[in-house]
Amino acid sequence: MELAGFLLLVAGWAIVLASAVLLKTLPLETLFVLAGLATELVGLVLVIRTHLVVREARG
Amino acid sequence: MMAMNAMALCLLFSLLIPLAGAGLALINAGLGRSRSAAHAMLASLSVIAVAALVYFVCGFAWQGSLGLPAHTLTVAGKTWNWLAAEPFFLRGLALDGSPASLAVWLGMLSAGLAALIPLGSGADRWRLGASCASAALLAGFTYPLFAHWVWGGGWLAQLGANNGLGKGFLDAGGSGSIQAVGGLTALCIAWILGPRRGKYAPDGTPSAIPGHNAVLVLFGCLAALLGWLGLNCAGSILYYGAEPGRMVLVAVNTTLGASAAALASAAITRTRFGKPDASLCANGWVGGLAAGSAGCAFVVPAVAVLVGAVTGILVVLAVEWIELHLAVDDPGGAVAVHAVGGIWGVIAVGLFAGGSGQFVAQLAGLATLLGFVLPLTYGLNRALDHFSRQRVAAEGERRGMDLFELGAGAYPEFMTHTEDFTQR
Repeated sequence: MELAGFLLLVAGWAIVLASAVLLKTLPLETLFVLAGLATELVGLVLVIRTHLVVREARG
Repeated sequence: MMAMNAMALCLLFSLLIPLAGAGLALINAGLGRSRSAAHAMLASLSVIAVAALVYFVCGFAWQGSLGLPAHTLTVAGKTWNWLAAEPFFLRGLALDGSPASLAVWLGMLSAGLAALIPLGSGADRWRLGASCASAALLAGFTYPLFAHWVWGGGWLAQLGANNGLGKGFLDAGGSGSIQAVGGLTALCIAWILGPRRGKYAPDGTPSAIPGHNAVLVLFGCLAALLGWLGLNCAGSILYYGAEPGRMVLVAVNTTLGASAAALASAAITRTRFGKPDASLCANGWVGGLAAGSAGCAFVVPAVAVLVGAVTGILVVLAVEWIELHLAVDDPGGAVAVHAVGGIWGVIAVGLFAGGSGQFVAQLAGLATLLGFVLPLTYGLNRALDHFSRQRVAAEGERRGMDLFELGAGAYPEFMTHTEDFTQR
């Protein structure tokens, strides 16, 4: 789960990077940057959740 | 080309920056336990030393400076600068007061400052050797890469020219490049080390472990203000070509941001707990400095006050939320102050210092912090932990880092409280 979270973080960044390099119009670029950030948010939640679960398991 | 008087002014301002390091070191030591105080101060000195040396060896080679050779990539007709192409050990670079030589000096200090931040979250349990090794990774890889993209003419700085996104990613004093990078590293360290013994009860309830010296913490805040004034002024001149007269605005904004943040923290802690909390007010003050750095040269004073006030509230709420809901034990509040404060500072520039294009550029910088810096930092520090455990042995935590790792305490004349040495 932790690895999936970090992969989502990197994937979100890749979306932002691709939008900066390939897109030309501001609305489209904004949309892709927001989509990248949303992906990162999901990844961050997953990473945080993983650490909570691990800590709970250790008691 | 920078004028001679601007370069001299930049050098003078940069001489104040070590005071920011001194301030952070005092804050980290004061917010930790008395039995780890000498360790905290020695760790601060050590990570600054390691960061300076590693930055000299390879950090500047990755970071570079505007106008120096860099690796570029041409995609869809646009040239993107992604990594500096400087030789290791500063070979061939004349340290003669040129903008590139000032970038070396400022980068060295900034790397040291960023490396100090994780000491706050790793207090009372992070081995000295491990903190030095982690500082080497930060100063050698994470910080220079991100700093190149922002300050070395890299792809984030180019978003303005290449994509018409405002002026590209703006970060005059390092809310993103120094504070958020350091704050996210602090989060990774707190995750890897785990909480201090006795911090959380078996049912997950956190217990309060107050800092041992509020005077150190609050004096550290005053020293930090001086250092931040230097950092913000020097960064504005060197990276954004701000004219010397604009330094008055930078100084006023820096002071107002910290002041508004500290007062907002005092107000919110007084409202919630009945009395203002000294350590949270200190966290608010430094959070205000961290958040205000990015926009110090680009916003009017009223905006600096607004950004500072929001930071003061955010930091107090974040400290509590991180401890209660994320179960992250962060004795120095480094994650809330530097990561949350720094990220808010980056966003605030987009909200108040430009149009929608500028906002998107700032969001791209934020996405890079979360999607590149955080995974890279976590991966590097996790690998380090795999080869050499970063957390001190249980005995070290019980006896205190001073006695266990240094052989002598910071306060040898203090009476020892028995309960401090009782296993919780």
